[in-house]
Amino acid sequence: MCASGAGLHPPLIIYGRVSSVSAYIFLRWVANMEIELQHIHKRFGRVHANNDISLKLHGGRIIGVLGENGAGKSTLMKILSGYQPADSGSILIDGQKAGYHGPQAAIAAGVGMLQQDPLDVPAFTVLENFLYGQPASMTRRAARSDLAKISHEFGFHLDPETPAARISIGQRQQLEIVRLLTLGVRTLILDEPTTGISAQQKTILFDALQALARDQGMTVLLVSHKLEDVIALCDEVVVLRAGCLVGERAMPATKAELVRLMFGQDIAPQERSAGSLGEIVLKLDSLTIQDRRVRVETLSLDVREGEVIGLAGLDGSGQEALMRACVGLTPVVGGNVVLKDRDLTRRSYRERMRAGLAFSAAGRLEEGLVAGLTLTEHMALMDSERTMIDWPGVRDITRRQIERYNVRGRAEDRIEMLSGGNQQRWLMALLPEQPRVMILEQPTRGLDVDSARWVWQLLLDRRAHGTAIIFNSPDLDEIVTYSDRIIVFFAGRFHLIEDASTATVEVLGHLIGGNFEEAAR
Amino acid sequence: MTDNRTPLRILLLIAPIVLSLAITAILVLAVGKNPLEVMTAIWEGAFRNSNAVAGVVNFWIPLTFACLGLVITFTAGLWNIGVEGQMMLGAVFASWAARTLTLPSPVLLPLEIVLAMLGGAFWGFLVGFLRVRLGVNEIFGGVALNALANVLVIYLISGPWQPPEGGSAQSTPPFPAESLLPEISSEFPVSLLALFLIVIIVAAVFLALRGTRWGLNLKATGKNPRSALLLGVPTTQSALSAFVICGAIAGIGGAYRVLFTFDSLRPLPSGGIGFLALLVVLVVANRALLAPIVGFVFAAILAGSTRLRVVLQLDQSLAEVLQGFVVLLVLMANGLRGRILGGPGAESSIQPEPQAQPTVTTAAEATTHE
Amino acid sequence: MNEELLNILQTLVTSSTPLVIAALGETLTERAGVVNLSLDGSITLAAAIGFIAAVGSGSALVGIIAAMVVGALIALIIVVADIELKQDQVAIGFVLTLLAASLAQFIGQSYTRVRGPELPFVSLTFLKDIPILGPVFFTDHNPLVYISLLLVFVTWWWIFRTRPGLALRAVGERPASAFARGTKVNRLRYLYTLLGGSLVGLAGAAYSLSIKAGWTNPPAMRGDGWIALAIVIFGGWHPFRVVLGAYLFAGLRAISSAIQRSPDIQIPLVLINALPWLLMIGTLLLVSSGAIERLLRALPRSAQVWTRNLLRSDPPAALGTRFEER
Repeated sequence: MCASGAGLHPPLIIYGRVSSVSAYIFLRWVANMEIELQHIHKRFGRVHANNDISLKLHGGRIIGVLGENGAGKSTLMKILSGYQPADSGSILIDGQKAGYHGPQAAIAAGVGMLQQDPLDVPAFTVLENFLYGQPASMTRRAARSDLAKISHEFGFHLDPETPAARISIGQRQQLEIVRLLTLGVRTLILDEPTTGISAQQKTILFDALQALARDQGMTVLLVSHKLEDVIALCDEVVVLRAGCLVGERAMPATKAELVRLMFGQDIAPQERSAGSLGEIVLKLDSLTIQDRRVRVETLSLDVREGEVIGLAGLDGSGQEALMRACVGLTPVVGGNVVLKDRDLTRRSYRERMRAGLAFSAAGRLEEGLVAGLTLTEHMALMDSERTMIDWPGVRDITRRQIERYNVRGRAEDRIEMLSGGNQQRWLMALLPEQPRVMILEQPTRGLDVDSARWVWQLLLDRRAHGTAIIFNSPDLDEIVTYSDRIIVFFAGRFHLIEDASTATVEVLGHLIGGNFEEAAR
Repeated sequence: MTDNRTPLRILLLIAPIVLSLAITAILVLAVGKNPLEVMTAIWEGAFRNSNAVAGVVNFWIPLTFACLGLVITFTAGLWNIGVEGQMMLGAVFASWAARTLTLPSPVLLPLEIVLAMLGGAFWGFLVGFLRVRLGVNEIFGGVALNALANVLVIYLISGPWQPPEGGSAQSTPPFPAESLLPEISSEFPVSLLALFLIVIIVAAVFLALRGTRWGLNLKATGKNPRSALLLGVPTTQSALSAFVICGAIAGIGGAYRVLFTFDSLRPLPSGGIGFLALLVVLVVANRALLAPIVGFVFAAILAGSTRLRVVLQLDQSLAEVLQGFVVLLVLMANGLRGRILGGPGAESSIQPEPQAQPTVTTAAEATTHE
Repeated sequence: MNEELLNILQTLVTSSTPLVIAALGETLTERAGVVNLSLDGSITLAAAIGFIAAVGSGSALVGIIAAMVVGALIALIIVVADIELKQDQVAIGFVLTLLAASLAQFIGQSYTRVRGPELPFVSLTFLKDIPILGPVFFTDHNPLVYISLLLVFVTWWWIFRTRPGLALRAVGERPASAFARGTKVNRLRYLYTLLGGSLVGLAGAAYSLSIKAGWTNPPAMRGDGWIALAIVIFGGWHPFRVVLGAYLFAGLRAISSAIQRSPDIQIPLVLINALPWLLMIGTLLLVSSGAIERLLRALPRSAQVWTRNLLRSDPPAALGTRFEER
């Protein structure tokens, strides 16, 4: 895990940077930056995303911004970093009113934000991404040497000629941090930076952030719902709930205290639930898979009725390829997929669905729901046998499912009119009642804690009736909590953890970085 | 909310038509003619007597067939520019039957129509196959297959099917009388059979899109093929079937041209009607039942404009210019309405805006397909 | 080298010039994320108005300028409809294709068989003496040929070697990133659509003022706009490959008409007429089959870095999409 402040040897010397960038940036770095937000309001339609938020942020500190999904923390950070204008309220930087519009202007004022999905250009090389947005006076050569120098200082590994599309999220974050620093940012905002990166990358990232705050007096704002990270890293936290600022406190604090601040109540940690396992239902027989990003060689796995198998790994390490190969969306190079003695390897997606598989993809409106169709039309798509559609009948079923799954929406509403949580509920409502195996990509992506628990309650109900579940998640907590067995992927290699109750988030964090041998010891 | 905006809505409905008439008038003035005379000529060309009206209907019938086919491909989110070629292949297949088979009319005519549908469906299938299996965007596949269809027609006229007196590349010899569609009367020369077929196909297309699983599959495929696939829609089959069915319906339109309008196969037998149908369908968006009505107005302008050359020595492309401006300005006015009045879904900036136009794939998708 | 062959190649360079210019213009437009589908109509209308303006003024230069303005105006309609009115680029582009072609036919009707100014033929000193390249590329061409050659290098240099080119590519690939770095996304889309459109107009002038000088009804250049659009795809949005595609295309066309003229080889006319369209489908198939991607993957890593931009055939990722600046 991350080293805390005490034993840290900062890898960075302030003068090294000055020589690599320019002297005037150095001058701006001398004093800590003080930011004050005054009465910030922001509305989206009927939602009051930020409601009268006033806040002082002091330089040289790492500040955690906490709140569940939809609490308004991302909105606030986007306002601070110029991505969205506030409806009203003002931002003071070092006592001066900052009237910037747009992220570029915010960066010029010293505030930069690292988005959860870093805003780089995938088709550009690392060097081009670094260069793009720098002052016109910077030459390609200077950019190359700056990039190398600063990367080296932080222990980042960035090959300038690799396209950004081919590096990991962790590396893309590193690239964006280096870029923002070179632009003279003194306040760095990070939105959920620890989702989808390995333990090693996290250590490097946290070391860098601590160095920036402690040694250079920078303000670091860490937006996260991972309380462990906040506890490990932050000097203070601010907490938002339903658009309002509900708490500010200095660290250290315990997890329970933070949870109380976030939710206004205690939430018992989810218990691991061991189900009873039945017969083997899905057999993967030395499967070899090749997709655009990764190759997985000879993976064999027997999945039993009622079993939950969690897949961990960085984006594109092989877990998505495996899930999609099971349902026929990714080509299988060798081996077999057998469902209850029936070889499905050469069968189409639709035939596999009919045989008893069910699949749901990570991106709701990209892969799963059809924007422009109503809830009723979605339901009608699920009944594939009839030629003519019995609209009154389908409407009845739709209304019943809306009630049963507690969806906030009407049968005739188009799906894109629903909120993300309600879209997820409708996706669940569309899944067949009792499939043999459910294969779910990130089943709780973008959901708040309550909705996520509700989804898992539904899944575990089905599992109790014998449905096996294979799922993945960037949230290692979720994998540890719900899995019976875990497969960890790294660049197509994999490692099976036979008993998930022995696994911890720390162990998984190291495994997804590829340290299979070390973990085996 | 609606009271003070209604006049604006009406204005945005009328403005494109008035404006395109004005632009056309300026063009007419620029070539030294009187716009009013032009309007009169077109009006007379279309409606001066029952024969002229029949001329309009004879444009309208193939146009409507093409429109009905295109409603299907637009629903599936596909840009079937290849509809011209599909009409031409319908014409070629019908011509083959008309030239070759000696059968009594009641047997021959249905056979010709069926063959025309097969021909159009075949050309539609090619566009679809190139699109869904080989990744060639349907716009380019369609453009190329349109040209190839006309190459085929010219080859037939100047080669195997040329008149005995020699290939003038003007037309094949006239088809025998029993192979041609009968007209209602000599005062109103229009095919009743074709009108009857249009009624049937309007009803069939409407019902298929509204009430069948196939229609819903098309809609889902058109709006989001990836999601549709995961929801169990056979998306490639859906897209392919849309091309095939559209081609079959457009093929009837092509057959009508050779079996009624011309009584022989001529170069470019579709005569640009397929392109005109694309314009019509762009205007009516996905309101299938409006297509025949808007189509009639367009057909009247086009049929009426044939008199321009006779009366005013003006190129009849003027009518196409007028129609082009109407469609362009209607689309722009749609956009303006959305901008001023706030289109559906504009109240919230978070939600994606539903598409007012049929979902279309861009030219660039030629290299990417599912 | 055989003089006859050199002559054929020289003619080929001339005849492919409008395709080169139009495809380069469209490459710039599409690199910024906008599809200008109207090429077939734009070229025709620009050719007509360019010719009329040249006849009226007696100056080919005025004709060229008028043609470029026409191309830019049509592009302006597309980009306004897209950005301001949120209308589909393909729909507007298609309507404009038909509209512009009809308009050309209407206003051109009284200019058939009119003789107008033509561009002069010039050779470039020094350069024309280079063996092989000299006679083919630098001898007895109209000035637009030299401009097209220059354009190939300028667009390549601009797109891949300059900072504004970086912004241009970013706007077409991921506008949100471009916006975050201070690039005015929609302003650039306006700029490059207009620029591309004016080049498309220039291509029209190259027809009516030189290569197919004069005006005919139906217009002689109909269909070439679609071919130029296909060449952009075949060219992978890269100027060098685009020009290669244009030459390849014109070359095959020239060969087929040469064969047609030759008494020894009997090839049916139908094949000759079908050839450009078969070629169009064929070249698009070549790109979509992934053969180029496979070739790229087979290269050693160091060579990949080199050739990535030259050989890739993915369209700009944001092509045809709309971006809302807030």
